Amino acid sequence: MDFKLSKEQEMLRQMFRDFCQNEVKPLAAEVDEEERFPWETVKKMGELGLMGVYFPKEYGGGGADVLSYAMFVEELGKVCGTTSIIVSSHTSLCCAPIYEFGTEDQKRKYLPDLLSGRKVGAFGLTEPSAGTDASSLETTAVLDGDHYLLNGSKIFITNGGAASTYIIFAMTDKAKGHRGISAFIVERDFPGFSVGREEKKMGIRGSSTAELVMQDCVVPKENLLGREGQGFKIALHTLDGGRIGVASQALGLGEGAIDEAVAYTKERIQFGKRISQFQWTQFQLADMATKMQAAQHLVYAAACTKQNGEDYGKEAAMAKLFASEAASDVTRRCVQLFGGYGFTREYPVERMMRDAKITEIYEGTSEAQRMVIAKYLGVN
Amino acid sequence: MSEFIFENTNTADFHGVWVYCEQRKGALMSTDLELISEGRKLADELHTELCGVLLGDGVASLASELGGYGADKVYVCESPLLHDYTTDAHAKLVCDLVAQYKPEVVLFGATNIGRDLAPRCAARLHTGLCADCTHLDVDVDTYVDFLRTNSTLDDKGIGAETLHKKFETDLKMTRPAFGGHLMATIVCPRFRPAMATVRPGVMTRAPFDEAKAAAVEVVRPAFALSEADIRTEVVEVVKAAKEMVDLLGADVIVSVGRGIGSDVERGIALGQELADVLGGVLGGSRVAIDSGWLSADHQVGQTGKTVHPKLYIALGISGAIQHKAGMQDSDCIIAVNKNPAAPIFEIADYGITGDLFKVAPMMIEQFRAHKDAKASTARTFS
Amino acid sequence: MKIIVCVKQVPDTSGKVSVKEDGTLDRASMPVITNHDDKSAAEAALRLKEKYGCRVIAVTMGPAAAESMLRDLLAMGVDEAYLVSDRAFGGSDTFATSQIVAAAVHRIGIEPGDIVLCGRQAIDGDTAQVGPQIAEKLHLPQITYAGAIDMDGDTVTVRRMLEDGYMTIRAKTPCLITCIKELNPPRYPSVMGIMDCMQKPITVLTYEDLKDEPLIEADTIGLKGSPTNIAKSFTPPLKGEGVMLEGADKNTVADLVARLGAKHIL
Repeated sequence: MDFKLSKEQEMLRQMFRDFCQNEVKPLAAEVDEEERFPWETVKKMGELGLMGVYFPKEYGGGGADVLSYAMFVEELGKVCGTTSIIVSSHTSLCCAPIYEFGTEDQKRKYLPDLLSGRKVGAFGLTEPSAGTDASSLETTAVLDGDHYLLNGSKIFITNGGAASTYIIFAMTDKAKGHRGISAFIVERDFPGFSVGREEKKMGIRGSSTAELVMQDCVVPKENLLGREGQGFKIALHTLDGGRIGVASQALGLGEGAIDEAVAYTKERIQFGKRISQFQWTQFQLADMATKMQAAQHLVYAAACTKQNGEDYGKEAAMAKLFASEAASDVTRRCVQLFGGYGFTREYPVERMMRDAKITEIYEGTSEAQRMVIAKYLGVN
Repeated sequence: MSEFIFENTNTADFHGVWVYCEQRKGALMSTDLELISEGRKLADELHTELCGVLLGDGVASLASELGGYGADKVYVCESPLLHDYTTDAHAKLVCDLVAQYKPEVVLFGATNIGRDLAPRCAARLHTGLCADCTHLDVDVDTYVDFLRTNSTLDDKGIGAETLHKKFETDLKMTRPAFGGHLMATIVCPRFRPAMATVRPGVMTRAPFDEAKAAAVEVVRPAFALSEADIRTEVVEVVKAAKEMVDLLGADVIVSVGRGIGSDVERGIALGQELADVLGGVLGGSRVAIDSGWLSADHQVGQTGKTVHPKLYIALGISGAIQHKAGMQDSDCIIAVNKNPAAPIFEIADYGITGDLFKVAPMMIEQFRAHKDAKASTARTFS
Repeated sequence: MKIIVCVKQVPDTSGKVSVKEDGTLDRASMPVITNHDDKSAAEAALRLKEKYGCRVIAVTMGPAAAESMLRDLLAMGVDEAYLVSDRAFGGSDTFATSQIVAAAVHRIGIEPGDIVLCGRQAIDGDTAQVGPQIAEKLHLPQITYAGAIDMDGDTVTVRRMLEDGYMTIRAKTPCLITCIKELNPPRYPSVMGIMDCMQKPITVLTYEDLKDEPLIEADTIGLKGSPTNIAKSFTPPLKGEGVMLEGADKNTVADLVARLGAKHIL
């Protein structure tokens, strides 16, 4: 076992850090405050290969590996929860299923624009009555000659209002339950497709979380992703990958809050001492750092398992469960270390605390992760 | 290009201190006068003459001014080819004159032009050059005194005896390195001339001496310079008003805070005027920005910009932690606040407990007077 | 046409600068970066490459560890790099350094149409001397403090910054230009660039490799070949505790002006 990064990974991480500190951090408070999608950052990331870090260069990707991608989402998470989920959803939930399940034609058609950031991708599974229970989808797809007609709506779709390319799940055979679900690549300007209202959120406020509406939406037959009935498998597999992204985001949020707290407690003077000199502060930060380090090991191990082509479902679920709960805990404790200042928007820790909460919910709640892990343990 | 031949290892053959006097559009630079004054001191320590070198087109009349500040002699070369500064022409003339007259020290102002020319000359002359010096000595005892007050070295670290033995007659060129965290004294013991560029504004100008100005000897050496020697063409020289400097690039920042609240308009006017006098820019604390007194680009602090100017003046700023985070690395901090317990005084180099509306006008007046006194006999970069 | 960019890896003086007891810099404790002005020069080279098509070659003199900086530049898009490295080169002042770098550039070869780009100055020494001295030793015309560079055939037009404005200067290539960091913000290496940079060539040039170059003589390189020596290296006295000035009247301000004047702050 070797915990050493390769030279390329070291260089990538340095570049990620420089980019995040100089280009992403200065905008973080603003995109949160104004609930504004950071298009300018997406453009810059696209040009640098950051919207497709681990996909092969022949499709316009960066040509790096899954661990590097996880490190990028982590670095983004340290400074801006919004930007990190934009990249994670785009990469893990839209680019990945096209790359892993798409035909050569589909890959050639969609990946270059997505991986270069010219277009943003999203993933549409959740419906008003189908959250964790994905098998009760109500959106339908009916084959009609050379196209499918999709009807139904999706909610809470990350990147929903910003994306041009969507992976949409719909029932092609209701009678078969989850075996009747199929996946489609849907373009925003397909007839009958529209973006509904955007949610007002507690955190990740610069990201777009929208409703998608399909009314006799015309999807060409060749845009079926995988085979009919394979949708549920594609969804689960894709969400496994997404969990690595969200786990990386949570990891970054916790680490970012610790960075802020370390700097602050060394400056803040109370009772004639830097508050970093009080043992309570030291122990708090030591515990928090240990927790995030453990999270990092889980996340990196999950990323490496995926890179090796092995089953990473359990690793990804554990990484997401642990990292997201750690992030919520750590960001909350960091706000406490800041005292009243931490509660103000002058400092970023309150934003990090708000951003962290969602990591316990989306792409499989903590409860859903426990179900997955228990299943791997054979506890039923 | 013909090979330049110059033998300079026999240091005893070299005599005289030279100052390359930079002129722009026929006017001397204030640096020239500082260097002539400093050069006089060095020439006296070396018991030798001080000479100015003046290259241009119709510049001979400037020689008497150099004399007034201490030059014994001025070498003047005039030619239409010297109308605008070019590296090739000036490097050729300086090197040819050095080869002919063999000075032991040559000083240049560390301006953008001095720092273009001096290294080129030093390379051609095969000699040492020390960049951007802030202190020069020949006399070892004077240098030892300088070390006693300006370094953390003890007597053993200073090693006066060794200095006498090794560098008795060498020019000792002292300069900051690593952003002033470290100082180094450089010598050039084996070759002549020893060359240095000197930071503008550091050396003190001597009083002007009418008699010396009249007595200065103007020497017009024969020189060879043709168009073919000059490989660059100056298309235009543009004088630009200093662009609006933002907080990050500013050497001086005057910031206002809650303390101006009783008369915001006047408080901002005072801050701005003080900044103008010091050639700096106006900043503000979070209160000043959130209250709408100043636009957001003026904000110094956690939410605003982190700055490290040479001089930071805080007027009526209490020094909340988020403000200090943005300015505590300034080289020098002056704080004016009514409240003697204001936290800003914890990090200030100089604190004044008082009303900014009373103190700031006095600062404006006296800083301006100080500046005028410095500039009265000089021309700055004009 | 090709562009040779001279670069230096320097300790990052913007962070904590640690000084050893003997008054010299504790380099080992400081992170290293590519000198800002040099990175700006590399960026200028890459922009000229994108506009006119040419090879960009980076050259540095330094220890073996400077390879990491060269990899960064290769990841940005530089085509090829040279690391000039040998114990014999250690202790060089600007004169000796320029002698060695000029020899390396001469070895790579300067042809009509070529440009040598340097940063204006390195943040560790702040001398701004090596660029002009390389130009002198290669007999190239020089333009320093470049704030903008334009090219038309074999002519470059450079905005050369002055304290109070600028000059527009034209010169024929080959020539040497030193760049200020305001010239253009350097790009980030892309993911693709980083993944490719390990395959790009880095050539190491040692004393053995360069010893036949006319500029390389025992008395022109290294500590022995350096005309200047450091007589003393010392730290200035620590910044004292802050002073609360007496009163708040004219005399107080006069006291302040005197103190600031004495420290050359005004």
